[in-house]
Amino acid sequence: MSREQILNAAVMLALVAFPLWAWATDEPFLITLTTKAAILALAGVGLNIALGLGGLVSLGHAAFFGIGGYAMGVLASHAQLYDPILETPFLIEGTKSMPIIWLVAITASGLAALAIGALSLRTSGVYFIMITLAFGQMLYFFAISWPAYGGEDGLSIYVRNDFPGLNTLDPIQFYVIVLALLAAVLFLTSRLAKSSFGLALNAARQSPMRVETVGISPYRLRLIAFTISGMITGLAGALFADLNRFVSPTMLSWQTSGEIMVFVIIGGVARLFGPVVGAMLFILLEHLLGGLSDYWHVYLGVLLLLIVLFARGGVIGSLAGRGKAHD
Amino acid sequence: MSLILFAEQVLNGLQLGVMLFLMAAGLTLVFGVMGLINLAHGSLFMIGAFAAAAVAGATGSFLLALMAALAAAAAAGALVELVVIRRLYNRDHLDQVLATFALILIFSEGTRWVFGSFPLFLNIPDYLAGPVTLPGGIQYPFYRLTLILIGLAVALGLFLLISRTRLGIQIRAGENDREMIAALGINISGLYTIVFALGAALAGLAGALVGAIQSVQVGMGEPVLILAFVVIVIGGIGSIKGALVGSILVGLTDTLGGLLLPELFRQFMDSSAASSAGSALASMLIYILMAAVLIVRPTGLFGAKA
Repeated sequence: MSREQILNAAVMLALVAFPLWAWATDEPFLITLTTKAAILALAGVGLNIALGLGGLVSLGHAAFFGIGGYAMGVLASHAQLYDPILETPFLIEGTKSMPIIWLVAITASGLAALAIGALSLRTSGVYFIMITLAFGQMLYFFAISWPAYGGEDGLSIYVRNDFPGLNTLDPIQFYVIVLALLAAVLFLTSRLAKSSFGLALNAARQSPMRVETVGISPYRLRLIAFTISGMITGLAGALFADLNRFVSPTMLSWQTSGEIMVFVIIGGVARLFGPVVGAMLFILLEHLLGGLSDYWHVYLGVLLLLIVLFARGGVIGSLAGRGKAHD
Repeated sequence: MSLILFAEQVLNGLQLGVMLFLMAAGLTLVFGVMGLINLAHGSLFMIGAFAAAAVAGATGSFLLALMAALAAAAAAGALVELVVIRRLYNRDHLDQVLATFALILIFSEGTRWVFGSFPLFLNIPDYLAGPVTLPGGIQYPFYRLTLILIGLAVALGLFLLISRTRLGIQIRAGENDREMIAALGINISGLYTIVFALGAALAGLAGALVGAIQSVQVGMGEPVLILAFVVIVIGGIGSIKGALVGSILVGLTDTLGGLLLPELFRQFMDSSAASSAGSALASMLIYILMAAVLIVRPTGLFGAKA
C-alpha cells in the first residue's frame, strides 16, 4: 500500500470509529458535527471530479448544492402540507422518502450542470471561473426573489425525511446513511478516475490538443465530468438540507462555492480523499476557532493563504508526498 | 408608465453602469497586464467605503473622505500586491482564486473586528444634496448626477492615461509582452505594483461614492465584484473599452429590467403574480445577457481572440 492509501484507510477508520465512540459516550452533538463534515466532504468529492480530474475551476458549485437542497425542500414542504406540486396535466405529489428525494436532487442538479456546463465550457481559464460564478449568482438571486418557496427567508421542514427501515431522527442512524452514501460515491469516483473516461479526462486536462488529435472531443469529456460533478454535489445538498431540516438561498451563495473549493484545496486537489480530509479539518477548525473568537474567519483566511502559497498539494500532499497528483 | 419615470430609470442605470466601470476597469487592467484574477477587488471597494465613512465622521468633509478612500484603497492594494499577489503571477488560476478568496476572509472579518457588525453611514454633503431639474422637466438627485459625471470623467482620464502617457505605453506593452519590456529596462515589478494600486484606488473611489447612497457594511463589495465580473465577461477581458460598454449595458439592463419586466408580465397575468415573476426574471436578466453574449462571442464583445 502506498502512503496515500494508508492515509485514506486511516481517514475512513476515523469516520467509522469517532461517531461510534461519540455514540457510546452519548455525545449526539459530535455525531451531528461528523455528519455535517461527511456531507460537506461529499459536496467536495463532487467538485473534485471537475476540479481535480478535469482541471475545471468552477466557482459556481453552490448552484448544484442549492438545487439539491431545494429539491428536498420543495418535495418535503408539499408532502407535509398534503398539497400536490402539480395537478394538471398529471398529478405530482410531494414526498418524504429520502431515496426519491435523492433521485430528484441528482436529476435536477445534473440537468442544471449540463446546461451551465454546455454554456460555460465554450470558454476556458478565467472566463470559465467568472461565468460559473455568475451562473451560481443568477440562481441565488432567483431563489431570493421567487416568493413561492420562502424567498429570502428560506424553507423549514418540520420532520426529517424517511428512509425505509431506519429512524432518521436518531443522529447515529442518519449518520450511517450519510456515511454509506459517501463511501459509495468515493468508490465510484475511484473507479471513474481509473476508467477509460477518467484517463481521457485527465489527458484532456494536461494536453487538450493531443486528446483532440486522437479523435476525442475534450468538450464532451469535460461536459460529462462537469455534469457528474454537479450531480454528486446536488446529492450532498439534499442531505445537507435534510441535516438542518432547512434550506435557504445561503446554500446557493458564492461563499458556499468558495467554501466547497476550500475543502478540496486544504485536503489536496485530485486526491480521492482530499475533500474528506479538507471538510473534516474545516469543521474541526470552525468548532475550535469559532469557540475561541467570533472572527475565526481571519485565522481561516491566513491558514488558507499559507497553504496556497507554501504547502501546495494540501494536507494529503504534505503527508503522502507527491503522488500521481495534479501539478 | 410615464416617460419621466423611464428617463429617471435610464439615468439610474447609467449611474450603476459608471460605478461598475470603476470596479471593472481595475479588474480588467490587472488581468490584462498581470494575468491575475483578483476576487479580493471587492474588499478594496469596501475599504474605500469604510475609510471614507471614518474620515467623514471625524472631519465632516466629504472631499477629505474621498481622498482618504483613494489613499486607503491604493495603500491596501499596494501592500497586498507586495506581500501576497506578486507570488501568484506565475501560479495557475486556481491558486489565484483561493489566495484572493483567503484575502476576502481576512479583509471582511478584519473590518468587522475594527468597525463592528453594524453598518456605518456616509452622508451626502449639503452642496450635492437635493434634486436638480434637467431639460424636459425631469427631477433627478444632484448627487447621482454627480456620480455619473465623475464616472465619465474617470473613464476619460483612464483612456488618456492608457493612450497618451508614458505609463500607459508601459501598461500596453506589459499586456503584449512582459519579457520584452523587462529586457528594455523597465522595472516590471514596480509597474505591476502601480497598476494594482491604480485599480485598487478606482475600486476604493467607487466604494466611497456608492457608500453615500447605501449603507457602508462588511460584504458590500462582493455583489459589486460579481457584477463587475459579468461586465468583464461581456466586454472582453483586458479591454478598457469593453469594460465601459459592458458596464453601461449591465447597468441599463439591470435597472430597466426591474422596471419593464413586471410591467410586461402584467399584460397577461394578474398583478401580484406578474410582479413576483417579473422581478424574479429581472434579477436574472444580466446573467441571461451574459449567456447570450457568450453564445455569439465566447471572448466577449471586445476581447482578443483566445
